[in-house]
Amino acid sequence: MVKIVYTGEMDPRLCKSVLGETIPALAEKDPDVIYLDADLMSCIGTGKWAAAHPDRAINCGIAEANMVGVACGLASAGFKPIVHTFGPFASRRCYDQAFLSGGYAKNDITIIGTDPGVTATMNGGTHMPFEDVALYRALPGSTVIDVTDPTLLSSVLGQCVDRPGVKFIRVGRKQYARVYEEGSELPIGRAVTLREGADIAIFASGIMVHEAMQAARALEAGGVSAAVIDMFTIKPLDEEAVESWAKKCGAAVVAENHNKYGGLWSAVSEVLARRCPVPAGYVAVEDEFGEVGPQGYLQERFGLTAAHIVEQAKAVLARKG
Amino acid sequence: MEAAKKKEVQALAVKIRMAALEAIHSLGSGHLGGALSICDVLAALYGGEMKIDVSNPRWPERDKLVCSKGHAGPAVYGTLAVKGFFPCEELKTLNRPGTRLPSHCDRNRTPGVDMTTGSLGQGTSLACGMALGDRLRGRDSRVFLIVGDGESNEGQVWEAMAFASAKKLSNLVVLLDWNKRQLDGWTEDVYPMGDYVAKFEAFGFDTVKVDGNDVEALAQALERTRQGGERPYAIVMDTVKGAGIQEVEDTVMNHSLTVSDEQFERWTAQLKARLAELEG
Repeated sequence: MVKIVYTGEMDPRLCKSVLGETIPALAEKDPDVIYLDADLMSCIGTGKWAAAHPDRAINCGIAEANMVGVACGLASAGFKPIVHTFGPFASRRCYDQAFLSGGYAKNDITIIGTDPGVTATMNGGTHMPFEDVALYRALPGSTVIDVTDPTLLSSVLGQCVDRPGVKFIRVGRKQYARVYEEGSELPIGRAVTLREGADIAIFASGIMVHEAMQAARALEAGGVSAAVIDMFTIKPLDEEAVESWAKKCGAAVVAENHNKYGGLWSAVSEVLARRCPVPAGYVAVEDEFGEVGPQGYLQERFGLTAAHIVEQAKAVLARKG
Repeated sequence: MEAAKKKEVQALAVKIRMAALEAIHSLGSGHLGGALSICDVLAALYGGEMKIDVSNPRWPERDKLVCSKGHAGPAVYGTLAVKGFFPCEELKTLNRPGTRLPSHCDRNRTPGVDMTTGSLGQGTSLACGMALGDRLRGRDSRVFLIVGDGESNEGQVWEAMAFASAKKLSNLVVLLDWNKRQLDGWTEDVYPMGDYVAKFEAFGFDTVKVDGNDVEALAQALERTRQGGERPYAIVMDTVKGAGIQEVEDTVMNHSLTVSDEQFERWTAQLKARLAELEG
């Protein structure tokens, strides 16, 4: 059951608090769930629970490649590991281990990479993954999730634990705009239409869902009817949703907090090209490295705002003819 | 070790060598040197030390082997075939299309292979996770991890060793195959790693060094590792790359070799003669 409650207001819950509650709750419910972290438990509020449950929470130190390998070994022993670290260390640093010790060896694990893209803010360019989705999309059999809000995070984490393959969840630790009513269950692989529209479809994920909703409002004021679709599952992509909205609107914009190569824009374009070619454009990072700054600054700097989506939508509509 | 048992394990090592050679010869070439250097430890493990059930390769309570130097697959396959996990005839399917015996070990293809390896270093962390998992499950099982000396160039090996020590994985036994050669030549020339015993001790392991091509010395060292405690175990195995076939031992660049029909016949005859001596 999904109830959309978007108003533009922030959800009062921080995603790090949701992680801090959901991971222990999943472990309490299922004795096979085991949690591993690389010295970042305190960043997501799991430290206290972990200290009280040394057999359920393994602090692996600052050694992410080993952590992912250990998680895969635990999976082979029958456990369902949930691994957490910051986004770049949860992707680039341990990618070969996730790929071979995880995917190739059929050891099923869930990896959470916090602070994707510009949500890394004050940690700056070294901590700002704009390529994590591209990497994990290329891992056969993987699941890739870009979290929309705290409710969605809680829902997908519960599903990932029992899902085969390597599951990668990217989520910022701070606040998100509230999109779903608390308790909503959002099935992995099914996109959610947040707003109907007739002229252009905006496919968005992560923090860009909020920007897309704001853009749709602005477009409406200018007489353009824009649909907004939450593509939180980037893999496996809901191809039917993409085709159906592309057909209905005849034009599309994709918005993502990621490099334009290999992420949601790529994924949606692959479907459009094959199933329903329509004029399309993107709002994504222009093949750049990250840098330090507050999120608002970074969204402007990398062109990831509602205004950028509006501008792109207008450019695409001009091509629609 | 009783004399009869010693001969039995030595004979098993010879059979493993013959099987590995047969597999590699059937293809014409392969990682012969590093396969031969670990045949004695495989014989010691599968000839008595390890708790296994051939009829139930995935028995959770079993002891597990992670051959992290996954390119030594033919030696592992030879061992498993001789032990009866699959027919010896299958050894000749090595690397053939659709085979269950790929060049590097794959737990999803080969009965008896406990973990997928091949990308050097990765087996070490996997073995740590397996040992931790067994301990958390309350299983009386051990994990034996074979690591190549060349492989230990990989940083992941030492991340994993630090983890094993930090988590007191005394059900993990690291078997370092110190055969002193890697693909490009002698390890001392390519990438000297220093004193392995000192390294493992510094990492907090209960460490011994033995002649890794002597089944009796290996058996004694392995017996020590049954006592549990709070430290993981390391056995630095002083081995010869290519051990058991003199001409291969004498070929410095023996990481990967072609094996002609004539060489195969001659070496097999030598190994058969050795086997007859032991079984005679």
